[in-house]
Amino acid sequence: MDLGLTALELARIQFAFTVSFHIIFPAISIGLASFLAVLEWRWLKTNDPIYRDLFKFWVKIFALSFGMGVVSGVVMSYQFGTNWSEFSRIAGSVTGPLLTYEVLSAFFLEAGFLGIMLFGWGRVGPKTHFFATLMVAIGTCISMFWILSSNSWMQTPQGFTFENGIIVPTDWFAIVFNPSFQYRLAHMALAAFLVSGLLVAATAAWHLLKGRRDALVKKSFSMAMWMILALAPLQMFVGDLHGLNTLEHQPAKLAAIEGHWETNKDHGMPLYLFGIPDMEAEETKYAIGIPNLGSLIMTHTMDGEVKGLKEFAPEDRPNSTIVFWSFRIMVGMGVLMILLALFGLWLRKKGTFYDSKWLHKFALYMGPSGFIALLAGWFTTEVGRQPWIIYGVMRTKDALSPVSAEQVGLTLIIFVVVYCIVFGIGIFYMLKMMHKGPEFIYSIPHSDGEVIRASKRPMSTIDNDQQLDAPANEHQRNVPQSDEPKSNEENTK
Amino acid sequence: MIDLSLIWIVIIALGVLIYVVLDGFDLGIGILFPFVEDRQERDVMMNTVAPVWDGNETWMVLGGAGLFAAFPLVYSTVLSALYMPITLMVIALIFRGVAFEFRFKANRTKKLWDQAFIWGSILASFLQGVILGAYIQGIETTNGVFTGGGLDWLSPFSLFTGLGVVVLYATLGCGWLIFKTAARVQDHMYRLMPKLMIALFVIFGAVSIYTPMVHEEIAQRWFSQPQIWYFSPVPILVILFTVLALRACKRRQEFTPFIYTLALVILAYTGFLISLWPNIIPPSVTIWQAAAPQSSQLFALIGALILIPIILFYTALSYWVFRDKVRIGDEGYH
Repeated sequence: MDLGLTALELARIQFAFTVSFHIIFPAISIGLASFLAVLEWRWLKTNDPIYRDLFKFWVKIFALSFGMGVVSGVVMSYQFGTNWSEFSRIAGSVTGPLLTYEVLSAFFLEAGFLGIMLFGWGRVGPKTHFFATLMVAIGTCISMFWILSSNSWMQTPQGFTFENGIIVPTDWFAIVFNPSFQYRLAHMALAAFLVSGLLVAATAAWHLLKGRRDALVKKSFSMAMWMILALAPLQMFVGDLHGLNTLEHQPAKLAAIEGHWETNKDHGMPLYLFGIPDMEAEETKYAIGIPNLGSLIMTHTMDGEVKGLKEFAPEDRPNSTIVFWSFRIMVGMGVLMILLALFGLWLRKKGTFYDSKWLHKFALYMGPSGFIALLAGWFTTEVGRQPWIIYGVMRTKDALSPVSAEQVGLTLIIFVVVYCIVFGIGIFYMLKMMHKGPEFIYSIPHSDGEVIRASKRPMSTIDNDQQLDAPANEHQRNVPQSDEPKSNEENTK
Repeated sequence: MIDLSLIWIVIIALGVLIYVVLDGFDLGIGILFPFVEDRQERDVMMNTVAPVWDGNETWMVLGGAGLFAAFPLVYSTVLSALYMPITLMVIALIFRGVAFEFRFKANRTKKLWDQAFIWGSILASFLQGVILGAYIQGIETTNGVFTGGGLDWLSPFSLFTGLGVVVLYATLGCGWLIFKTAARVQDHMYRLMPKLMIALFVIFGAVSIYTPMVHEEIAQRWFSQPQIWYFSPVPILVILFTVLALRACKRRQEFTPFIYTLALVILAYTGFLISLWPNIIPPSVTIWQAAAPQSSQLFALIGALILIPIILFYTALSYWVFRDKVRIGDEGYH
């Protein structure tokens, strides 16, 4: 089952496939965990049950995503050994300890408190429960810290020497805080928060479009849109700094991103909006660009010099065709996010924030944009690092395990089938829950003076309220919410 | 100079032991699922581990990461030698892991996720046993690179140890369920436990006889003077704890069957370590030959020494919070 490809190509496809699937879930978990911590904190602070209901809703989606993140992450933690054993043998001395720190300081923290966060209501006090949520949220961020340190070290390695062909770390501070780390960490953290913010906004927008105008939906939409407004422009700024850092440390990657072949000696570098970089012909075909803008962004002067791809030997060049476009997709999504946020702000001022179909549709369609930008960004930085696995130190082709193409091909097929089925179904469940939307369990439907939902049941709002409010009562704090609430109620009796 | 490799091997060995015990009983629950038909009773079984399973699985990730950090040579050669069983094992763990979430979300496909949970658990356990067997058999390396064939791991011995681990985890799961459940589920487990104990005893016996027969070195280790006197308590204690566990079941004690099974696991594990020491890539690479540079081992060790006690503390806390027996109708967050 070599599929006509070499073991190296298959192993690269396998890594790209499994890590792309994996990254989606931690990105949701990182953003949602912090969102949940904020919701619970607001609930403790204000006692407003709206926050508690929102927590109850989003925690389900979080749990699903977290579970899928765990199982797809275990795959990653063993893949370095199964497919990339030469990398592990030579560079395990650096990436191994970083991964160990991630396991010890993050994975255990998340897993240890997740049980209390999900199942602990009623077993521990609200403050302890909040502490558990906070630990899970902090755990997701610590995890991001270590894995990005490890990835950044592979991009901008330092703090080591070679002994007998093995990398020997000499300065751990230099390794952990390598030159591209802080930019990459900030960029990824913001990306994860934006992923979740856009997800929350799109879910709320969906329910607004369906006619719900209750406090749960409005609160979700409002919180998410504020967050996008704050973070999307900030992300653009951080992204620019990250780009400048790449120019300094990985000029070949940057030239490939820009489809920039010849070093511009006596004129400004243009910024191509469109073009098809051709690796064979060593030029960017059909290029449409804005003169001098490239220099302006990259060097902050009108005709600053930027190294072209031809300065690097052909075997040292990353694939410009891919990164040119993945980068533009990412930036395009970022621009759309900013537009969405500004549009939202404008309608907020105008007072039609909760009534504009245009805004809600826009927010709905932007739901997946966080993921698209995230993946496009990772493709840019990882493909852009090629042909190196550790930039300038070790080539990807030298990192492979002594395994056959048949083995890698077979496991690749299994991974593709299993991931598409299992995670496909998981994503379907997520969408199903989002479709159902947040429910009133502890809060009552007519806060904010609106009775949209309750008015559909004109019999008696009061009865309704009492019924809905009941779970707040100590005796029934465990509300059955499974698919078949009926049988559960029978059991409790 | 402090022997960092030795400290690391102790940490990793303890981590793997904790993994075997903790994930052992929760994988065991999946293996025992087919013996319980009732849907609500299955819910109960699953809910005994739902709050802790993913912490349990983290110990396996620590085992992998610890090897990666302190003995990268082991991580790279053993994992590429055991390419297929390891990859299939993590895939089995995917099915079983998502079943915890999906089962409660599904309506019509609930039965299907039961099957995913069952077969995921059985396959993951079986493959862990195969990995263990293949590891004991030895891994062919030249200058730190795996040079054997892609199917070296497959042998009657490794298939047998695979079966052994399935039975071992089922026994642990059974002991755990006796402790954590009541009523019908518990009754059921009381009936199963003696059968599992006897099967386990037979398997332990077979592995203990087979291993030294095939491996000259291991036979030497166990049966030469004076070692035989130090090591002889191991099989005697195995017999003792098996008898104690059987008696505890008969007397319907709730906690002790699990504890005695635990003791058996620790004994078997000790036997395993005695057989291999001081090799880390059997049959010939020692822990010192496979060690990472000192700066790597030291850096990671600082974190391990500070964080592991904290991890043990909050893990214990989590088990304490969920110490009650699980009954039908107890609510999750679903």
